[in-house]
Amino acid sequence: MTSENLESLVNRRYEHGFVTDIETENLPPGLDEGVVRAISKRKNEPEFMLEWRLQAYRQWLEMQEPEWAHLHYAPVKFNEISYYAAPKSDEDRPKSLDEVDPKLLETYDKLGIPLHERARLAGVAVDAVFDSVSVATTFKDKLSDAGVIFCSFSEAVLEHPELVKKYLGSVVPRRDNFYAALNSAVFSDGSFVYIPKGVRCPMELSTYFRINAANTGQFERTLIIADEGSHVSYLEGCTAPMRDENQLHAAVVELVALEGAQIKYSTVQNWYPGDENGVGGIYNFVTKRGDCRGANSKISWTQVETGSAITWKYPSCLLRGENSVGEFYSVAVANNMQQADTGTKMIHIGANTRSTIVSKGISAGKAQNAYRGLVKVMPQADGARNHTQCDSLLIGKDCGAHTFPYMEIKNPSARIEHEATTSKISADQLFYCRQRGISEEDAVNMIVNGFCKEVFKELPMEFAVEAQALLNVSLEGAVG
Amino acid sequence: MLEINNLKSRIGDTEILRGLSLTINAGEVHAIMGPNGSGKSTLAQVIAGHSDYVVTGGEVNYMGNDLLDLEPEERAREGIFLGFQYPVEIPGVNNAYLLKAAVNAKRKHQGLDEVDAFEFLKCAREKMAALGMDSKFLNRGVNEGFSGGEKKRNEILQMAMLEPRLAILDETDSGLDIDALKAVATGVNNLRAADRAIVLVTHYQRLLDYIEPDFVHVLSEGKIVRSGDKTLALKLEEKGYDWVREAASA
Ligand SMILES: Nc1ncnc2c1ncn2[C@@H]1O[C@H](COP(=O)(O)OP(=O)(O)O)[C@@H](O)[C@H]1O
Ligand SMILES: [Mg+2]
Repeated sequence: MTSENLESLVNRRYEHGFVTDIETENLPPGLDEGVVRAISKRKNEPEFMLEWRLQAYRQWLEMQEPEWAHLHYAPVKFNEISYYAAPKSDEDRPKSLDEVDPKLLETYDKLGIPLHERARLAGVAVDAVFDSVSVATTFKDKLSDAGVIFCSFSEAVLEHPELVKKYLGSVVPRRDNFYAALNSAVFSDGSFVYIPKGVRCPMELSTYFRINAANTGQFERTLIIADEGSHVSYLEGCTAPMRDENQLHAAVVELVALEGAQIKYSTVQNWYPGDENGVGGIYNFVTKRGDCRGANSKISWTQVETGSAITWKYPSCLLRGENSVGEFYSVAVANNMQQADTGTKMIHIGANTRSTIVSKGISAGKAQNAYRGLVKVMPQADGARNHTQCDSLLIGKDCGAHTFPYMEIKNPSARIEHEATTSKISADQLFYCRQRGISEEDAVNMIVNGFCKEVFKELPMEFAVEAQALLNVSLEGAVG
Repeated sequence: MLEINNLKSRIGDTEILRGLSLTINAGEVHAIMGPNGSGKSTLAQVIAGHSDYVVTGGEVNYMGNDLLDLEPEERAREGIFLGFQYPVEIPGVNNAYLLKAAVNAKRKHQGLDEVDAFEFLKCAREKMAALGMDSKFLNRGVNEGFSGGEKKRNEILQMAMLEPRLAILDETDSGLDIDALKAVATGVNNLRAADRAIVLVTHYQRLLDYIEPDFVHVLSEGKIVRSGDKTLALKLEEKGYDWVREAASA
């Protein structure tokens, strides 16, 4: 970047009142080093963080956007995105639920979302959301008593720089892939969790309680560290449709499990999928990876993906510690024009490492759903075991399911099992249910929920109930 | 209860029911017999509302209303039950869950509250015991991996739980060993009531030894060619269907 460019950028910012009215200002669209510096400065980050971002940016410049055979989408115009959008000021937000799109409210109704929660989800100004603030504080106290650190990523950079420095990028290196590099350069905020040695986190951690980091979805960064012998269960996302105007989502999630530690990470993703014609909707390009760094550690991913126009996501496990365990339970729904390309990678490095993959793909309308999974067993991983079960359910005749299981086995002692099925909801099944008085829609829901049972049972209880309701809503009108 | 008048129906381009008339009153048990392919299942499916079977003529009146106007689920909630000749498997859907959803759909239609979960299970277990069904079948997928006989018993269980007004059992007896046949017959006989009608579609006289019908009809080439009392079934057994066909064309 030339000094001339930088100067004009600085001037432009000044022109738009960046310095004087920092609270409500977005950075102008486009990405260069100046923007990266501005983001870092805006967050008062220490030097090491800025350096880290800049290196990521330079690496990103040299990388190519990936092309995937089963995803089709208009190219993302990286120069038209604004890379820093400050949280909406309260004036810009709806003042009450009366100002919120009735269609969104109708969906909340169907999902049985409690009233106070609806306001928060719909982006109603926080001070109108009476309950949440006090709830959040109560939980914070309880967590800090246990020594658990749970805060926004920005806060962690300032308050716990030694932990951030040590672990950030240690699971997903900056140059891991195009979107990870982009995220590393410009990430806005996210969650940070540290569970000390031997501590069982006293509650499920959820982004739900971290209202201060609202509207940071676009380039979210999450880092969870479970120290030796600790346990944590983390819930990401929310089960109701989020009001979100960002089109491109490129998040990075890194999990580190040290010796004997266990991390359970559950996601229910329901971003705007676009309309029936494929207009609008979110591109969800996420890099999620867990590192079972210590012996006997365990990382378990559970995801229910019903939203987004395009999903490109492979939560993965690096099974480095001896006897470590990786699990992946997934339900991915694609309806209308949605496209999902999701799966996992299980990389067996340590001896006697085990992994389980259960993937349930549901396609309806004209949607395409692909499972892409890699099981890799390194030469030193004696006695590695994997079981993969990959099931597809088709609703209607215009949708598709694709399965791409990749295996790279470099140790002859490995035991790898793969099962795959494809089934259709048949007209006979629906008629049978209807003859018993059950409506077609309820029959579809029943069959779909039955199909997903193995995954739902991995979710925390209340989450499972909501996920089920969500699935029903997202498949509405899928038949007939 | 059910009046069928000159009913015609086709699948694809093939006409199958060719002017069938039949009246069934509450409290009656009717047996419908006839050779393979004569249209027995077609009749049952048309009454249940399967959309593959296109009605091209005639009327069906049920409880004073035009039955053909109703969606299949509405017919079911109004008390029509079809025990399928080939019950479909629905893997992953818990048998008890489907059963409860069916019971609740009907209760809702009647303006009643959902059934109490405990009561429901108790009731289902009792009925299963009477049918000689292990209660573990409640927790299996609907008909998933059931043997032929188990599927048929499961149909009878559903019928018993739903207490229909009009039950049509399509060859519920075929493929059953004698114990299963007796259990099914007991299940059906227990449901006989003054406000309920039962239609048994069957090939064999055998079932009628255990469930005594009030009327027997013989279906051939999409029409009822002969009706009578239970002695007609015995006669059929003795003389075979050719006798009816000859009588019909004579
Ligand atoms: N889905 C179908 N498509 C085409 N023909 C059918 C279909 N179902 C039944 N049929 C034909 O309709 C006729 C009547 O069949 P069905 O009602 O099943 O007879 P039944 O139950 O008396 O044995 C037979 O000739 C059969 O081959
Ligand atoms: Mg038949």
